[in-house]
Amino acid sequence: MEISEEKEQHYMEQHKNTGDEFKKIERSDRLRRKVLKTFTYAGLTFWALVVLFPFYWMVLTSVKSYSSYNSEYIPKLFTLSPTLQNYKEAFTAVPLAGYFLNTVIFAVVTTMLMLIVTVLAAFAFARLNFPGKHLAFTLLLSLMMIPNELVVITNYVTITNLGLRSTFTGLILPSVSSVFYIYLLKENFEQVPDQLYYAAKVDGTSDLKYLRKVLVPICRPTIVTITILKAIECWNSYVWPRLITDDEKYFLVSNGIQEIRENGFGRENIPAMMAAVVVISVPLIVLFLLFRKVIMEGVSRGGTKG
Amino acid sequence: MNSSAPDGAAVSCEPRVRADKELKMDKKEMKGWLYLLPAILFLGFFMVYPLIDVLVYSFEEGYNFASQTYYGTGLYNYSYVLHDPYFLQALKNTFILVIVTVPLSTAAALLISAGLSSIKPLRSLYQTIYFLPYVTNTLAVGLVFMILFRRTPYTDGFVNLILGWFGAGPVDFIDGPYPAKMFVLCLYTIWVVMPFKILILTSALASVNQEYYNAAKVDGTSKFRIFMRITLPMISPTLVYLIITGFIGAFKAYSDAVALFGTNLNTAEMNTIVGYVYDMLYGSSGGYPSYASAAAILLFVIVLTITCINLMVSGKHVHYGS
Repeated sequence: MEISEEKEQHYMEQHKNTGDEFKKIERSDRLRRKVLKTFTYAGLTFWALVVLFPFYWMVLTSVKSYSSYNSEYIPKLFTLSPTLQNYKEAFTAVPLAGYFLNTVIFAVVTTMLMLIVTVLAAFAFARLNFPGKHLAFTLLLSLMMIPNELVVITNYVTITNLGLRSTFTGLILPSVSSVFYIYLLKENFEQVPDQLYYAAKVDGTSDLKYLRKVLVPICRPTIVTITILKAIECWNSYVWPRLITDDEKYFLVSNGIQEIRENGFGRENIPAMMAAVVVISVPLIVLFLLFRKVIMEGVSRGGTKG
Repeated sequence: MNSSAPDGAAVSCEPRVRADKELKMDKKEMKGWLYLLPAILFLGFFMVYPLIDVLVYSFEEGYNFASQTYYGTGLYNYSYVLHDPYFLQALKNTFILVIVTVPLSTAAALLISAGLSSIKPLRSLYQTIYFLPYVTNTLAVGLVFMILFRRTPYTDGFVNLILGWFGAGPVDFIDGPYPAKMFVLCLYTIWVVMPFKILILTSALASVNQEYYNAAKVDGTSKFRIFMRITLPMISPTLVYLIITGFIGAFKAYSDAVALFGTNLNTAEMNTIVGYVYDMLYGSSGGYPSYASAAAILLFVIVLTITCINLMVSGKHVHYGS
């Protein structure tokens, strides 16, 4: 009896000690974790500010009046008398609405054509059998390596010789083909079970109808993805439109911005310039906020930027 | 191939069926190519043909755009480009840009993604914010950067205001000394490429099997060690992918520079290889598709070489497990 009591006491003591130690370790660990967490949040917030600040600055500058902006030798971080005058100027002094409309037309037509071409080609590669298919697909894959910069030169010469400079045709046609999207969609089409195709065949459905009524609806997420990616690409494209349009009537927003920077607004009207920048940036940001999930998933599957 | 294989068996017994089959086959064969036709037309006309053509251009000496004539063939275009001080400047700028921005942006993106995946509250807010530069017009936001960094007689600009707090003198980052200009270009490039890298790395980090971490926790492994020994090897294929696409993207830099320094990049000493190609083609110094082609092919060769080196180096160190 005695012995066991002693043992128990001993055990309790030991246990108490380890318990204390545990608490100590736990406390220091909790502290360390807290410090780490604070640092993490601080770092993340810092980068968030770096990302957001240019946006803040452009909105801020766009609502400062011309005179107040120019009188600030030391730029102010806020303004007490916001004005929308600059936005009015942005739409009246330069053909901003025209740039906008051009970009919308360019983006919509290019994306539509790209979709038709891509869906048809992806279907052929994924579902149909024809001689030379493997060779054609290998060639297609090898085209993925070719940078756009390499083919722009000849396209520039071709479009110029065809007399298509400063036309929508000249702008759109060379921008349509997207090898990578064909590949992406083909992979997706192949995941659709064969049985669906055979069932449709037994029912006497034509290939085109099967494509339209079955395959495209099933693969909608991928199609939405490539549509959005292409639209973003079109909205931001600068090089090709710059090479091919001399006429301001056909400028896209990127070229418009460059034109505004170099010749618009009497050069030094920064607030009006910033108003134009805001107007140009807003549509994509709104699109992004609306389709955040789809866009981010799409980019992580098939996007690059460089 | 398909139609020739059963020939021997079918030839004697049922010739009519075979003919029928062949007819159907033909129709089907045609169909596949028919669906491919639009893609073939677009790709052939605007990608394959230009590819061959650009090679031809680059070897045609003294090509005249207006009369479409040339003196002879040879390597003169390449030698001209390689001796052109503007091209050498562009080459130098591009290499600096690549060497600075690719490692920095990848490392920063890794750090941020690791931070992102270690927190729960506010994570998706941060993710949304970080992605914003991806959906903005490079030219438009570049203009904002220019205004933030520029120093004019009327104002020192925002960045110089901050530099002033730390006692550093005002610097004109846009029309000023070369290192300052290079700094802004690198910074803006990093700002632009970060969203893509953060997005890809965050999803790579999320896909690492949690069991490895649990096992390490049981062993009482330190966080740093876990990161170095588990996380890094597991996401190394993604890192390689990002580094390679980063190299390719940075070598093709152009519109960032235009956004900051305007279209006359040669005068600003800020041209890039792609900018050189376009300047040769178009604009005040343009009209030389041969030189442009030679420069574009040089760029392609550089990018290809670097990509191969990257793949070779990474092949030894990357973990491609299941």
